[in-house]
Amino acid sequence: MECVLGLVGRDFAVVAADTSAVQSILVHKTDEDKVMVLDSHKLMGASGEPGDRVQFTEYIQKNLHLYQFRNTIPLSTAATANFTRGELATALRKNPYMVNVILGGYDKDVGASLYYIDYIATLHKIDKGAFGYGSYFCLSLMDKLYHPDMTLEEAVDLVDKCIKEIRLRLVVAPQNFVIKVVDKDGARELARRELVGDSASAEAAAATTVAA
Amino acid sequence: MAMKLDMSALETNFAVPCGDDGDGMYFSAEAPDVPSMVLPTCADFDGFQAATKDMVKNKKGTTTLAFIFDKGVIVAADSRASMGGYISSQTVRKIIEINPYMLGTMAGGAADCQFWHRNLGNKCRLHELSNKRRISIAGASKLLANILYSYRGMGLSIGTMIAGWDEKGPGLYYVDSEGARLVGNRFSVGSGSLYAYGILDEGYRFNMSVEEAGELARRAIYGATFRDAASGGCVSVYHVGPDGWKKLSGDDVGELHYHYYPVQKTPVEQEMTDAPSASA
Repeated sequence: MECVLGLVGRDFAVVAADTSAVQSILVHKTDEDKVMVLDSHKLMGASGEPGDRVQFTEYIQKNLHLYQFRNTIPLSTAATANFTRGELATALRKNPYMVNVILGGYDKDVGASLYYIDYIATLHKIDKGAFGYGSYFCLSLMDKLYHPDMTLEEAVDLVDKCIKEIRLRLVVAPQNFVIKVVDKDGARELARRELVGDSASAEAAAATTVAA
Repeated sequence: MAMKLDMSALETNFAVPCGDDGDGMYFSAEAPDVPSMVLPTCADFDGFQAATKDMVKNKKGTTTLAFIFDKGVIVAADSRASMGGYISSQTVRKIIEINPYMLGTMAGGAADCQFWHRNLGNKCRLHELSNKRRISIAGASKLLANILYSYRGMGLSIGTMIAGWDEKGPGLYYVDSEGARLVGNRFSVGSGSLYAYGILDEGYRFNMSVEEAGELARRAIYGATFRDAASGGCVSVYHVGPDGWKKLSGDDVGELHYHYYPVQKTPVEQEMTDAPSASA
């Protein structure tokens, strides 16, 4: 089952998510990236129905780009969170998107921040949070081990502890995870935590990239 | 003699106004000598629709698969169509030839798949005419995914793979009527997909000859038809390379079964002997 989590440290935010695409009992793929890099300094970790998740995060991403083209400055993380919430709230009474979002970002003036937005358009500014069945295991863990001025190493270590707990206690635990970070240098992928390495597929992906 | 115009065609045959009968029944089908018909009634039409939709959903009585390897893409499928427990056809073409470089597979509603693949084919051709180059597999699959996403929840039932060769090399996408669109190197769709995955995952390597890859696909579909009652008929295997698709084979699963498991001669364990005659 899907797990998305995030936390803010001293001057960065980390967003991690599982990378499984599941339908009933079948795992379609184990390398689906659910943490979208919205722009140079924003990360959006999303869980929910696969169709809605991709359509909604792409919609938000494209609107951010449009805003940046029109106004030459990017939307702040807080503004992005409110925009995302607004779109979910508008859709809620018409044609709801089944998407839950953890939004992490870095702004020059306010530093790193993290927002919790769910499909019924709840918006919270948080410093740690999680979605899905994995949240029951990692929220308590993060409550215990989190402190506001964590270093990146400490934060990744905490995320690893969360992943370890999910794999230990969750019945239908996803095999692979992706960890991304955003700080003053921008948003980027930090690491993958993989149990199931589909080496043949990785080889194929590498070959496809070379061909491209 | 006055002419009389026959105006009987203008009369309604179903319900005629026969005056207020006091019960608020202005229209009554019980008027004498007027043919009437009974309309089907349903107390909860929305519930009926939802139940019908659920019945159709996820019952993709089929097995299809596709995978990328170093020499292109292999696409394979069975050919059985079923309506509940009844096998309505054993010769369905579940691999749809969208254009010479792109194939689509069919799982779910046959009409939905056929219609939207034809529609996708048209859109791809128009793209080709206006841009003077073939559409990418990513682009084509996204056209389909966006259409299906816009119709989601309205009862379409499609589970398809869009496979082919474009400027970037081989491409493979899984698209379904729930709105999902996934890139990948190996997919199987349909009720028999779980069986097919078992064989496919075990035998898959990136470096294979086209013959080996075709055989793996054939074996995987055969394995699925053996266990899944809703899959059967013939196994079609296609290969898509830089020069477009080519059909590799189409084999009856019954013949494949005896090819994979030849009849073994079983020794007779016990032979019946003549009963001693009663008179002796």
